[in-house]
Amino acid sequence: MKTTLESVVIKFAGDSGDGMQLAGTLFTDTTAVLGNEIATFPDFPSEIRAPQGTVAGVSGFQVHFGTSGVHSPGDAPDVLVAMNPAALKANLHNLKPACTILIDVDSFGKKDIEKAGFVTSPLEDESLSDYKVIDAPITSLTKAALADLGLDNKSADRCKNMFTLGMVFWLFSEPLEQTIAFFEQKFKKNPTIGEANIIALKAGYNYALTVEAIKSSFTVLPAKKKPGVYRNITGNQATAWGLMAAAKKAGKPLFLGSYPITPATDIMHELTKHKWAEIKVFQAEDEIAGICSTIGAAFAGNVAVTTTSGPGMALKTEAIGLAVMTELPIVIVNVQRGGPSTGLPTKTEQSDLLQAIWGRNGESPVVVISASTPADCFDWAFEATRIALEHMTPVILLTESYLGNGAEPWKIKTLNQLPEIKPLTLETKDASWRPYNRDDEKLARKWVVPGTPEMQHRIGGLEKDECTGCVSHNPQNHEVMVNIRSEKVARVANFIPEQRYKGKDAKKLLVVGWGGQFGILFGAVNELQKEGKDIAFTHFNYINPLPKNTAEIFSKFDKILVCELNKGQFANYLRAVLPQFNYEQYNKVQGLPFTVKELKAKFNELLEEK
Amino acid sequence: MEATTLQCLFKPKDYASDQEVKWCPGCGDYAIISAVQKAFSELNLKKEDVAIISGIGCSSRFPYYMDTYGFHTIHGRPAAVATGVKLANPSLSVWMISGDGDSLAIGGNHFIHAVRRNINFNLILFNNEIYGLTKGQYSPTSERGKITKSSPFGTVESPFSVGELVLGAQGQFYARVPDTDVKLMAQVMIEAEKHQGLSMVEVLQNCVIFNDKTHAAITAKENKANNQLILEHGKPMLFGENNSKGLRLNGLALEVVTIGENGITEKDILVHDAHAKSTILHNMLIQMKLPEFPIAMGVIRNADAPVFDHGFTAQIEQQKASSKYETIDDLFVSGNTFTIN
Repeated sequence: MKTTLESVVIKFAGDSGDGMQLAGTLFTDTTAVLGNEIATFPDFPSEIRAPQGTVAGVSGFQVHFGTSGVHSPGDAPDVLVAMNPAALKANLHNLKPACTILIDVDSFGKKDIEKAGFVTSPLEDESLSDYKVIDAPITSLTKAALADLGLDNKSADRCKNMFTLGMVFWLFSEPLEQTIAFFEQKFKKNPTIGEANIIALKAGYNYALTVEAIKSSFTVLPAKKKPGVYRNITGNQATAWGLMAAAKKAGKPLFLGSYPITPATDIMHELTKHKWAEIKVFQAEDEIAGICSTIGAAFAGNVAVTTTSGPGMALKTEAIGLAVMTELPIVIVNVQRGGPSTGLPTKTEQSDLLQAIWGRNGESPVVVISASTPADCFDWAFEATRIALEHMTPVILLTESYLGNGAEPWKIKTLNQLPEIKPLTLETKDASWRPYNRDDEKLARKWVVPGTPEMQHRIGGLEKDECTGCVSHNPQNHEVMVNIRSEKVARVANFIPEQRYKGKDAKKLLVVGWGGQFGILFGAVNELQKEGKDIAFTHFNYINPLPKNTAEIFSKFDKILVCELNKGQFANYLRAVLPQFNYEQYNKVQGLPFTVKELKAKFNELLEEK
Repeated sequence: MEATTLQCLFKPKDYASDQEVKWCPGCGDYAIISAVQKAFSELNLKKEDVAIISGIGCSSRFPYYMDTYGFHTIHGRPAAVATGVKLANPSLSVWMISGDGDSLAIGGNHFIHAVRRNINFNLILFNNEIYGLTKGQYSPTSERGKITKSSPFGTVESPFSVGELVLGAQGQFYARVPDTDVKLMAQVMIEAEKHQGLSMVEVLQNCVIFNDKTHAAITAKENKANNQLILEHGKPMLFGENNSKGLRLNGLALEVVTIGENGITEKDILVHDAHAKSTILHNMLIQMKLPEFPIAMGVIRNADAPVFDHGFTAQIEQQKASSKYETIDDLFVSGNTFTIN
């Protein structure tokens, strides 16, 4: 019996060594090629190998795919793969009613069950009675399937994720070809391992097909996406590619000065692979050297970028001030995680917003923008670079763990489709030029790089004279310069598109979001709009400065609800810059994204109030 | 090394900017800037090809006084900024100006890593063993027991030995010079520029206000002959009035001997090999202290080793030559893509 579904959420969960991220990724690749809408969310512990069999060590990969309505990785799974009792325990509180649970019974020994914190076996008591449980001896079946290959126990054991994936593929009537091709390619040099994975995959598929345990399978029809060529992309990869494209469009080499930090490091990993594109990746000795080398590279004429996450951002603070003072074009990418301090390195949060806007000594304005989906990290990385180069200012791009590690299909762009970026360079002698001369429109200074004949000049962190560019401690001059730097950033608003909102007829409630929670907010508002509720949605990517029509939009609504994964930072920012409105808040700081369910409950509560 | 008589593009003075120099009267920095200008002139450096990067401290005002490209950065970080400048444009002649506080306290991390990587820029460290700009606190090179504003009862910590720190961090070029000898400083800076890799020049600099005469036992005119051993590669290690004294190895230790006494001739004297891969003798020279030994000056180590920015750039060239992608567009459509009609 086959059931056709609009969209499905699957969560692959197991020990952090069980290969759940790979199983999830391979499943995603296949569904994407079939033309489904997709959103993914990997959720793993910060320890590389937390104690085996414990809830702390559970690694999860959630994928939401379907024909329509996929705006986020989804709230709760329809199908849970639980490779051990700990994986079951970690997810039991968050399952949809009648969820299908696929369990490896081989890993449900007495000790495993106790280790996960169950008092009695969940397979024997009532705890799973509301769910459809598929219990298969996955470990032993995998080993049996691989018996002829002569693999050692450990290597054979490692293939159980592919046996499981095979079962899931059958459950959703999806083909194995893409995954088989992956292993053939990946293990060219070690064909036995490649073969073992393929055998396990097929064995799992055939097992699911044959056994009585699975009574029905599901089909999800392809989505009606815009025609074109797509690929799956994570937010971090999209960020890297957006930066590459921007440097190309600006006609300059790309320089990345960075220090490894979760969850931002994948941007560096991606860029360093592409030295062929004249990308200079410098792994610095610390976060401070990461940004300082970036500032040096900007001074010397490269498109200069540093990438980090919250704690690294804190370390870069003083140097961002130097870039503000010297008015050099740099891009700082902060892939936010839970804080403060080391906080929750692998979990998502949006709590570095005020740090980005205001977190420096002195009057130190920078442009702050944010991405909203994994794929649009490409566009916002490109835009961050454009603003930096065309306005001679540091730009902070905020993404978040949820975006950086999450993936979705990206309609591939070509360089021809992207706008030119015109850096404010001055490459020939101009006797009247002084370092802090600026144009009337943007108030940006020119970018004159070392090597330009007869244009030698000095810049630095000390205040400079507005006219001569020499060090100045003159009180009036300082005030003039402070105001100019502020106005320069404010005027970026003249060069960005207007803010848009969805729900032109609504009057009662405006939902305001920013950053990576776009998909979930959009999905939740969308569902209520379909129910005919008086609700609208606007999502901010430009944070400082705000789009010029922001107040105009806000003035149309009775209530404004700002939803963000912090204690109300964007709401407080709006209170400071647009104090004429009243802002209500919906906040969450659990290291997790919003769920559509909780948002809808909050929206309905406000809609029902007078 | 003798200055060449080639036509110089610029006279030393031409490298000065139009800014009024604001160091204290009598400050050792004046001699250093003269030496740098002299070296630039003899090196025939084009002004636009020079980038001088400094941190924070008295020394770090240096770029403002030079008519080159200059960047007065933040405290402790000039090595990191200079690294970015050099990687962004390897054809620039990059000079980092720093002090003992800037490079060895707040910027210690960047300092050792720049040395370790052997990136091709020149690092001039003005060592006056005191914090000048904050008005007289002890620094990481102040001697143990030093009484300063922040150590009224004397310090209870030992100083860095700069040269040993550099060698310990895998430094391949280390020179020590007194701020009283412009000619020697200029010669050393020329050698520093010619050396491929990080060239570290420690200048024993006098802070006339907060730590006056701290190096006087070494640098004062009357002490120069006996208390300084000016090293030259390939030359015997002679010093003293009329080069009457020298160094030789006695077992595993250095020893000061007098030519003509106990049958000692110049042939017994050690010959300086700055190019030696081994750091053992270089370290022994660095460690020499008054009054038993003279202080070693000049280029103590000048060895060849892989240069960071050369490798960095070469890898990009290799990748350009061997990549399967020609444009970013090729990359974007590589691997798993799918078409929706």
